[in-house]
Amino acid sequence: MPKNTDVKKVLVIGSGPIIIGQAAEFDYAGTQACRTLKEEGMEVVLINSNPATIMTDKDIADKVYIEPLTIETLKKVIIAEKPDSILPTLGGQTGLNLAMEIAETGFLEEHGVKLLGTSPETIRMAEDRQGFKDAMEDIGQPCIASKVVETYADGLAFAKEIGFPVIIRPAYTLGGTGGGIAENEEEFSQIAPHGIRLSRVGQILVEKCIAGWKEIEFEAMRDASGSAITICSMENLDPVGVHTGDSIVVAPAQTLATKEFNMLREAALKIINKLGVEGGCNIQFALEPNSFEYAVIEVNPRLSRSSALASKATGYPIAKVATRIAMGYNLDEIKNAVTGKTFAGFEPTIDYIVAKFPKWPFDKFVTAERKLGTQMKATGEVMSIATSFEGALLKAVRSLELNIFQLDLPQYREFTKEMLYEELKKIDDMRLFVIAQAFLKGITVEEIHDITKIDNWFLTKIKAIVDLGVELKKGSLTPEKLEKAKIYGYTDKIIGEYVGMDEKAVKEMRKANSIMPAYKMVDTCAAEFEAITPYYYSCYGSENESKGEVQEGKKKIMVLGSGPIRIGQGIEFDYCSVHCVWALKSLGYETIIVNNNPETVSTDFDIADKLYFEPLTPEDVENIVDLEQPYGAIVQFGGQTAIKLTKALKDMGVRILGTKAEDVDRAEDRELFDEILEANNIPRPAGRTVFTCEEAIEAANEIGYPVLVRPSYVLGGQGMEIAYNDRDITVYMEIINRSVQEHPILVDKYVIGKEVEVDAVCDGEDILIPGIMEHIERTGVHSGDSISVYPTQTISQKDIDTIIDYTEKLARALNVVGLINIQFIVASDGVYIIEVNPRSSRTVPYISKVTNVPIVKLAVRAMMGEKLKDMGYGIGLNPAADYVAVKMPVFSFEKLHDVDISLGPEMKSTGEVLGIAPTFHEALYKSFVGSNMKIPTEGNLLITVRDTDKEEVCALAKEFEKHGFRIYATGGTCKYLIDNGVNAKKVNKIAEGAPDILDFISGGGCDLVINTPTRGRQHNRDGFKIRRTSVERSIPCLTSLDTAKALLASIEQKSAGDVGIIDISTL
Amino acid sequence: MKAYLILEDGSVYEGESIGAVRDCTCEIVANTSVVGYVETLSDPSYYGQGVVLTYPIVGSYGVNLSDMESERIWAKCLIVRELSEAASNFRMEITLSDYLCRYGVTGIEGVDTRAIASKLRDKGSMTGFVTTAHFELDEVVAKLKEYKAKNGIKAVTSVSSRHIEGSGKKVAVIDYGVKKSIVESLKARNLDITVYPATTPIDEILEKKYDGIVLSNGPGNPCEYEDVIADVKKIYQSDIAVLGIELGHELMALAAGGSVEKMEHGHRGGNYPVKFNDLGRFYITSQNHGYVVTAIDESVAEVSHYNINDSTIEGLKYKGKNILTVQFAPCHETDFIYDNFVSMMGGCENA
Repeated sequence: MPKNTDVKKVLVIGSGPIIIGQAAEFDYAGTQACRTLKEEGMEVVLINSNPATIMTDKDIADKVYIEPLTIETLKKVIIAEKPDSILPTLGGQTGLNLAMEIAETGFLEEHGVKLLGTSPETIRMAEDRQGFKDAMEDIGQPCIASKVVETYADGLAFAKEIGFPVIIRPAYTLGGTGGGIAENEEEFSQIAPHGIRLSRVGQILVEKCIAGWKEIEFEAMRDASGSAITICSMENLDPVGVHTGDSIVVAPAQTLATKEFNMLREAALKIINKLGVEGGCNIQFALEPNSFEYAVIEVNPRLSRSSALASKATGYPIAKVATRIAMGYNLDEIKNAVTGKTFAGFEPTIDYIVAKFPKWPFDKFVTAERKLGTQMKATGEVMSIATSFEGALLKAVRSLELNIFQLDLPQYREFTKEMLYEELKKIDDMRLFVIAQAFLKGITVEEIHDITKIDNWFLTKIKAIVDLGVELKKGSLTPEKLEKAKIYGYTDKIIGEYVGMDEKAVKEMRKANSIMPAYKMVDTCAAEFEAITPYYYSCYGSENESKGEVQEGKKKIMVLGSGPIRIGQGIEFDYCSVHCVWALKSLGYETIIVNNNPETVSTDFDIADKLYFEPLTPEDVENIVDLEQPYGAIVQFGGQTAIKLTKALKDMGVRILGTKAEDVDRAEDRELFDEILEANNIPRPAGRTVFTCEEAIEAANEIGYPVLVRPSYVLGGQGMEIAYNDRDITVYMEIINRSVQEHPILVDKYVIGKEVEVDAVCDGEDILIPGIMEHIERTGVHSGDSISVYPTQTISQKDIDTIIDYTEKLARALNVVGLINIQFIVASDGVYIIEVNPRSSRTVPYISKVTNVPIVKLAVRAMMGEKLKDMGYGIGLNPAADYVAVKMPVFSFEKLHDVDISLGPEMKSTGEVLGIAPTFHEALYKSFVGSNMKIPTEGNLLITVRDTDKEEVCALAKEFEKHGFRIYATGGTCKYLIDNGVNAKKVNKIAEGAPDILDFISGGGCDLVINTPTRGRQHNRDGFKIRRTSVERSIPCLTSLDTAKALLASIEQKSAGDVGIIDISTL
Repeated sequence: MKAYLILEDGSVYEGESIGAVRDCTCEIVANTSVVGYVETLSDPSYYGQGVVLTYPIVGSYGVNLSDMESERIWAKCLIVRELSEAASNFRMEITLSDYLCRYGVTGIEGVDTRAIASKLRDKGSMTGFVTTAHFELDEVVAKLKEYKAKNGIKAVTSVSSRHIEGSGKKVAVIDYGVKKSIVESLKARNLDITVYPATTPIDEILEKKYDGIVLSNGPGNPCEYEDVIADVKKIYQSDIAVLGIELGHELMALAAGGSVEKMEHGHRGGNYPVKFNDLGRFYITSQNHGYVVTAIDESVAEVSHYNINDSTIEGLKYKGKNILTVQFAPCHETDFIYDNFVSMMGGCENA
């Protein structure tokens, strides 16, 4: 069918802030969709609350609304823009839910708006539990047998019918309390009655237990004519039981023989046809490993995380094709952009293996429960491509930036066999390394399989990696061994360590024996057709396909990407990398991007002139440099990942464009930086650099408590804590030193004040400050977790002048060419510097959008030699806007058990939303709404704060009372409040007997909690429990009085009435 | 043991010997499927060919002998990047290495199969020589240039006919190298099947008044099988329902006056999109052919199926006849072609 010509103006719904389970993949999908729609001549209207995304750029869509993703806002946008259609399937579950919800209100029909692509009926069928089961039954596709029962007898009868083991899940209990797996009738008789008792509604779900089955996914695509293909098969290394987002995944499926493979492929096609999907679809199966028995676990009739992975794994642009299908095209009418010859109907086939490895936040959240299960915990992922499983796995492992390059980890070396048997039973993020250690200690494939249920094929391959390591350590290195080690993915450094050679010597030996990496193309067709995509991966023992040629008259620039999404280094840096590439291209340079994150826009093959999908380590980068001989490299935009490569690149003889490596060092090195500050007469909180715990205690006592303790060279305040006494220091230093520190540790005086942040562009002479941001929370809360307001609301002109002056001085002193990010404290006695980062920061996308200054582009132009005065955006501080933009952090605490939600110097948020409005309070209100907080306008407010906050909270409590809140508080706080004229009611502390504070929170009578944590890292278990209970009950819990004040302002705003919407492309 | 693959153009690939140790000369073809090595190697259509598998890890699920498409391996040589030592599947009986040895088939691993596939793509199909011994490149290349494959049908067809009883229509299968899966698909429809060696005098078969005839898949250049084409002409002239598959499709086209040519790039893999004109949609098919029907008079047959990528003819419906032929093997999703065949024979009363 040709393009549907009725479609002229399309509304695309984004997925909102980055949270665990919904990350950058939807920026990738949405950006591809918008670009495709524009290619087709559509007018594109975009709504997404996430300002860090590329899709919310005004050159991606025609109209851009960075607004809360709510029905109300959506209605306003539809009324204002009058789109004829909505594309709902590219914004993750958030976008889909929103589209479905509004469709059900009848609003779309009223306004003549159609949903494009997969129909609402299909989506409903796929999402509705019973509807889906019925549909599957219709076409003979087995689902996991389950039944809701209310009596023990009914439950037992059903369990017997489907066969043991069964899973018992009580209805409406949190975190599956009271459930479990019953292997037999006896266990069932113990668990089931207990579960029925615990359930609020006296119900349990009895479900067939399929733990240990293989988990297989197919990504499929169907058009309106009914033609359907599978894009890619994927197999989870971890059997059923671990969320696919937390599993190591390989593509294509590795352990299926032809029969099973075709059986599941055919099932996937039957399902997509039955559902009538028009676009992309993800189908997850569980396959019993010893028979042909299988079950459909889940179907997502939309673009998903797996779609992004399948897209990058095969080169097939799923989002693009899905968008064209939504516009009425059929698969045989859409050209495959990769080959330029074939059509989108050609099923991709691959001639390499892909491994995906999750990036978990456990290095930051050291207290978090690391156990993996059905709740996803990873914040991001890396992907690797190789011609062997071994090579793909080790490449993925080193892409995680955990400083791990092989599988034999020191922390397990002392483990005995018995300890390892126990350790193998744990399903957590370390399982791969435990398995490797088990092999080293002589535990067999069969034994490990019995415990983990991981397929023997994977285990045998993991063993092969370990065995080769052992082999390398024996005797001297031969060229044969060396080549095998490279095919297996070992780095020169590790090989050197194993054989007692220097890394350089290993490289020399490789060169002498022509053991060099070859780059192969990802082409969707296993070389059957000549492809035109410049998308490469490295492998050994092969012929090179990437010629490293130079485009006529063009200089080649290498842009280093930012790797996996993690707390502290999110999608913002992909935004910057992509804009850097675009800026370079527009200036006439040839661009090369190196990155390993499959979720991102930067790893789309049509962004840079060449894409190398490779780990971001010195060796991997050097191999590309050797081949491509770039004119220079840019490290400013890829976060700490790219910055860390600066020295290595310099040693390779690569020109670092923009701020020089030495100057980056001067900003990071404590003593050198102090010299600069002193020379320019800029104050900073007193501080010292230390290496040992003893030195840290000495420094702290010298400066005076409280102090901030943190490692240098980190992003997102990793490992940063406020210490109030010697004991705190001892605890933090122990945690910091758990990972090897190459750089010293910083101990700084903790100065209380307002935090202000500046991003500036500098050309070596002049600077341009697009805008100054002020944080709502006072110092001590990480800037990434603070509510950030542009323009500043409470900073005096005098202080602003000082900030501009300091920024200019620092940019010049550090010879900054490109970007600089500076954080200040505005204290009662003046302005202090907290830190300076001569690189792109987390706030660049947001401040670019709200000030309408293309910061990355200007920075790139400066780096390539242009002057700010010639760029037409002015110099110095740009005039403040006549609207206010508030950036609100978004957290994923409900997904991470045992993580303290209290705000502090270590960053905890996973994403952000923007609120933009004519007034501060409106913008603030919008940002709270956008962050998904249910803003209570009345009800019960629970207050429990540390002693030093009591005076301040009292005034706040009175304000809340005025708005009709009833105040509840525990002992000390309550007494203080009553004594000071607040009508507070007392709630028992945890030890004071039932009903206590936790009952109060869980009981449904609490609408808002204000809890400030007692000082120090030493968990106050009561406070911790209060905060966790609130999170798990979805009750807003504020741990900073500043945030509470901001919320109060928003409550007033909410009562004051409606707020409008703003198209940022008109700013 | 070191092994070498030498191609007609003089390129040499060094790897390790796998399977039986023996020299072999054969046409080298590349298959892009990710799974299916057991079936591919035993598919008689691969008779005499050296198969390069582009998927780099081969042998991961071992071999279950009942998955074989015939009684033995017909491919002459297997060329892979990695023969996986790890092999795991609940139905595995032997490893791929054992499988090769059992049928005396040689192979080579540790070569850059993508590079070989790219070369075959750019230069067209080539003959190759696999050896573990020392060789003189010039001599080998000279020999490779002269190499000519033998008549494949004769080599792979069955020696005697066999009957598979069924309650449905009577079907004769002419075995030019028939895959087991084709016979299985017919069996699944309860047809009463007789499989005939390709050497059976065609009149003998026609006399028995079958309800339908299946012209099977098979190896080689169809244009060279003059006797067989003459036989197929007789079938064409009869009124019997005919289903032609792969080689059978090409032979019918030749018998009906069409032309068949060697393709620049053969189709070998599991991902070819074929448009079914009557259904208005396409299906993904598995294919293995190096020759293709390039022309047939419109008054004789209409193109009922074509390839979306290169527009080659993938199926023909013969006018005024009860004949359907397809260039691919109907299976999985396209299995319904057998049902269509049953309908062509007058329905499925006993199915």
